[in-house]
Amino acid sequence: MLIAVPVDDKSMKSKVCVSFGRAPYFLIYDTDSGSTDFITNPAAMSQGGAGIKAAQTVVDSQAKVLLTPRCGENAAQVVAAAGIKMFKTVNDSIQDNIDAYKGSGLSPLEDFHPGFHGQGGQ
Amino acid sequence: MKIAVLSGKGGTGKTLVSVNLAALAGDAAYIDCDVEEPNGHLFFKPADVVTEEITVKIPAVDQGLCNGCRECVEFCKFNALAYVDQRLMIFEEVCHSCGGCILLCPLRALTERDQPIGVIERGFSEDVRVMTGMLNTGEASGIPIIKKLLADVPAGLTFIDCPPGSACTVMESVRDSDYCILVAEPTIFGAHNLALVHELAQLFGKPHGVVLNKCLEGPNPSEQYCQAKGIKILARIDYEQELGVLNSEGLVAIRESDRYRALFASLLEAVREEVQHETALDPQR
Ligand code: SF4
Ligand code: SF4
Repeated sequence: MLIAVPVDDKSMKSKVCVSFGRAPYFLIYDTDSGSTDFITNPAAMSQGGAGIKAAQTVVDSQAKVLLTPRCGENAAQVVAAAGIKMFKTVNDSIQDNIDAYKGSGLSPLEDFHPGFHGQGGQ
Repeated sequence: MKIAVLSGKGGTGKTLVSVNLAALAGDAAYIDCDVEEPNGHLFFKPADVVTEEITVKIPAVDQGLCNGCRECVEFCKFNALAYVDQRLMIFEEVCHSCGGCILLCPLRALTERDQPIGVIERGFSEDVRVMTGMLNTGEASGIPIIKKLLADVPAGLTFIDCPPGSACTVMESVRDSDYCILVAEPTIFGAHNLALVHELAQLFGKPHGVVLNKCLEGPNPSEQYCQAKGIKILARIDYEQELGVLNSEGLVAIRESDRYRALFASLLEAVREEVQHETALDPQR
């Protein structure tokens, strides 16, 4: 099964990215084989709706689980529509969070921040 | 003549200033562009109000026709669309109503529909024409309402109560104005907020002056900012209980008190002089 994690760089030694929508890459980790794949987030530079586009990317990766520190409402809707389960990361170490997930040590992500509209910043 | 009244955050007194100036000017218009929290109408209590619903065009999908080609998803540069689990998802509040996806869809699965986002109320308070934009809660952008409000500004003196801050909605409100009144509080934060709207007025090349509100004894950082930047101070409004009471009772100060009438009259005069001065300097304006 595939797990997606927003990350700062294309390496397991990199960190979990603080942003979901604007993370530069997603780690796609295969829990069966332990293999890793890093995909570019095309939304990282978008003006608005980054979360939606980032979520689309995660959905298309066939991941079934998303580990992330935070997530917007719109992105959460997209991710949920695909039946992907979301868990809140506990620190910025990629490996720690994957280990914690495997050991059932992560709690579901339940609070989503309101979407930031390209215009407002309100 | 359009006068935009701005402040870097809410609660500084821009509604007080714009409402009283419009009430005093007579045969004037007051336009509340602070569409998320319009409150000028609470003072004016306009009569004969006509309400217009404001809608935006957003796409609706016929899931039966859609084959998931995703051309629309790729196209939308606002990322208002997603295709998940064989369904197209449309994020209405992210959509900017460009209409592109509707034109693009090879299967004509997308059609246009009107999404209400708020209303404009138009009425009169004595001889002041009062126009209020109201954005429905949850809608992200008041820009379409502001555009509509400012599209049919009556001739004559118009005071525009702008949204607080310096976001796009403020820019939209300021764009066509002839003069900007910046309202500032006498604190360090007040001076910081003043700097924000001052930069905005400069960005648009609008002539501007400052009203120092809630003035107390002692140093006023906003006043110091004006002095340092050479900004004209149009008026000082002292922090007074009487004004606070009038405000909290939703009364228009100049209609209740001769003293405030005199104070706002001299402010209005200062604004008129400034605008004339600018017009003389730049006849193109
Ligand atoms: S372009 Fe039309 S057919 Fe293609 S995904 Fe969008 S709505 Fe569906
Ligand atoms: S109308 Fe324009 S902004 Fe709205 S969803 Fe279609 S392409 Fe995106």
